Amino acid sequence: MSTALKPKHQRLVLVILALVVLIGAALLAIWGLRGQASYFYVPSDIASDPPEPGRAVRLGGMVQEGSIQTLADGVTVTFVVGDGEATVPVRYTGITPDLFVEGSGVVADGRLAADGTFVADSLLAKHDENYMPRELEDMSEAQAKAVVAETTAK
Amino acid sequence: MIAEAGLALLWFAAALALLQLFASVMTLVAGQSEAELGDVVRPAAIMQGPLVALSFLMLMWLFIRTDLSVLLVASNSHSAKPFIFKLAGTWGNHEGSMLLWVTVMALSGSLVALVERRLPERTMIATLAAQAFVSLGFYAFLLFSSNPFERLPTPVPEGNGLNPLLQDIGLAFHPPTLYIGYVGLSVAFSFAVGALLTREVGPAFARAMRPWVLGSWIFLTIGITAGSYWAYYELGWGGWWFWDPVENASLMPWLAATALLHSASVLASRDALRTWTIMLGVVAFSMSMVGTFLVRSGILTSVHAFAVDPERGSFILALLAIYIGGALALFGARASTVNEGKQFSLVSREAGLVFNNVALSAILGIVLLGTLYPLLTEAFDTKVSVGPPYFNPVGAFFAIPMIVVMAVGPLLRWRRDSFDRIAKALILPAVLTVGVIVGAVVLAPGIGILPLLGLALSIGLGIASLLPLLGRNLLRTPLATWGMVVGHFGLAVALFGMASESAFSTEKLVAAEIGDTVEVGPWSIELAGIEPVAGPNWTAIEANMIARYKGGHPVSLHPQSRNFTQPPMTTSESALSTRWNGQLYAVVGEEGGDGRWQLRLWWKPFVPLIWFGGLIVALGGALALLGRVLGDIRKAHQVRRIAERREDNPLGDAMPEPAE
Repeated sequence: MSTALKPKHQRLVLVILALVVLIGAALLAIWGLRGQASYFYVPSDIASDPPEPGRAVRLGGMVQEGSIQTLADGVTVTFVVGDGEATVPVRYTGITPDLFVEGSGVVADGRLAADGTFVADSLLAKHDENYMPRELEDMSEAQAKAVVAETTAK
Repeated sequence: MIAEAGLALLWFAAALALLQLFASVMTLVAGQSEAELGDVVRPAAIMQGPLVALSFLMLMWLFIRTDLSVLLVASNSHSAKPFIFKLAGTWGNHEGSMLLWVTVMALSGSLVALVERRLPERTMIATLAAQAFVSLGFYAFLLFSSNPFERLPTPVPEGNGLNPLLQDIGLAFHPPTLYIGYVGLSVAFSFAVGALLTREVGPAFARAMRPWVLGSWIFLTIGITAGSYWAYYELGWGGWWFWDPVENASLMPWLAATALLHSASVLASRDALRTWTIMLGVVAFSMSMVGTFLVRSGILTSVHAFAVDPERGSFILALLAIYIGGALALFGARASTVNEGKQFSLVSREAGLVFNNVALSAILGIVLLGTLYPLLTEAFDTKVSVGPPYFNPVGAFFAIPMIVVMAVGPLLRWRRDSFDRIAKALILPAVLTVGVIVGAVVLAPGIGILPLLGLALSIGLGIASLLPLLGRNLLRTPLATWGMVVGHFGLAVALFGMASESAFSTEKLVAAEIGDTVEVGPWSIELAGIEPVAGPNWTAIEANMIARYKGGHPVSLHPQSRNFTQPPMTTSESALSTRWNGQLYAVVGEEGGDGRWQLRLWWKPFVPLIWFGGLIVALGGALALLGRVLGDIRKAHQVRRIAERREDNPLGDAMPEPAE
């Protein structure tokens, strides 16, 4: 029975317990974030310092002209994503987003396979001028010129 | 003229808010001598509601008429849009939605000033001062950086149209319900500040605040449930929760409000958890502000972020800092003056509620950290995204013990109890929970640990949540108790739907020719044809599918891929077939070039229970609210009758006060 505790002590005990739990939650959250957050890569990052295969990452870049191919099953597409400096081949099984076209920006969630192909679980394409993956917005500003130069050279 | 009238009404309301703040602060500072000034506080608050509501109607009118000389209408509407979307388009943009927010805020301020008479007048004046202070910030935001009535120098021939993803009936309901929820928490915040300022933190304060917390919690529950279903069928991704920052922005106030609701209950009936309740009142409103900041500042990019404008983001951030910083400073200064409430033993209903309050706060912290983490790392030029692999297990770590306590807690008595007394009642749910775990491991060995625990706990909780009714006369059970039982049962129903969806969904992705049949789960679906169709402002290709459940009666499904012209955009319109035991979900994609069409089909057993459960939870809240409000009316009536009797018979024996 805790009636032996004075009200002041009971409050203290409750506050300490609550703090312990909340700090525990924060530590757990930080630990979880370190392990589970998926990092954003552009193709040149993957070329210079690739993530270990199987780790969840995001890849953002421009879909290269002439690279989209639909495989025989009709639902798997392969394409090449570039940022003007490097390119990465990508494979995706699913219905592609509505504005997924060559020469346009894309963000792929997925992981790098052992053979260097990026296997995407989901694709985000630029929807319209008001809805664009944030990473792409920055990237296209910084590297749009390089991308344009590369895509027109081909 | 309409636009100017709307703007004038808004300025007038802002002036009244300033008067309300000035008069109430003067009254509080000067004490009794300034009673006359105190008399204007309530009328000033009451008048603001109708004024702002009228201003909002003016904006609606502009949208209905598609007045293209107004910037907001020109950039967000189009004359060829269906009527309902012209109407709902009023709040389908940044300025309009902020005006809606302010409208709801002013109306609830009116209602507080009009009906709340139980608290000491000084506390009420302090509450209305806090309310006026919060309102002024939002009036300033609206008038100085998001004026919805701004004119264009020259009218444009045609408007830009509304984002097609928003052209759905959901837009008519989803934002207003969430805003009512957010704003209701601002009233709870004002009550907390008022009680803290006048040192009146006690059961009376909790009873005055509780209907507002309950009301806003009901609307948040409905808003989140509706938003989830909307995302589910509109996006065509087959998921019902994406841990998108904007979804989290609505979940966080809900978690805080849930905790506040329960701690206010303890304070109202047992006079315990005084400081904790005040703290939660501040946190709950902070979370609605954080939510508004995340959604409206343009810091996130999503369908909800209408305009990216750094000035607005800074404005909301400044408001957030002033309100939350101010409230926390006040809390720090005054918390020590709040007396300890009544104590309770380790095994008691209070202890159960404390446990769940802490667990809810922990989950809230986890969601908040996960939502802000990408923004923090971005400041250091590292881009990360945080998704289900983080939120699901880390959140479940606290959610699972919470569900267990949720099953046990309502059976415990206030103050002190023992497990022995309730052990017998808990045998059935405990045995069923273990039974489901064993059964699922044997029958469906591939099932994940979280869905498994979810299924088992949902069954246990479902049964346990009904136990408080055991041995009671159902007709004489108070409505508030019914509310609790129904609310907890609803959560069990929703949990079952979530667990079942993630454990048993089957998915098929194929390229099919016309005439092909696809099997998914117990369904066989024939692609009978593809036709072009046209709507008022879109054209589409529509698949005609004939689906049979286990070879039974055919059902036809018509998913579309729509092309909007204004603004140009393509959306997938999914088609659903609902049975009692699940939902078939069909999406049609592009033509592959070889005459085959991409089809994506899901069979999701018991998935509708997620939203059905959400609505049951809201119904539980509504029952509790009804019970509380009826109880208050009855009590007020009783008090009046006693007062009348005293007047009739002034020499008679003093009547005892009615029992609480």
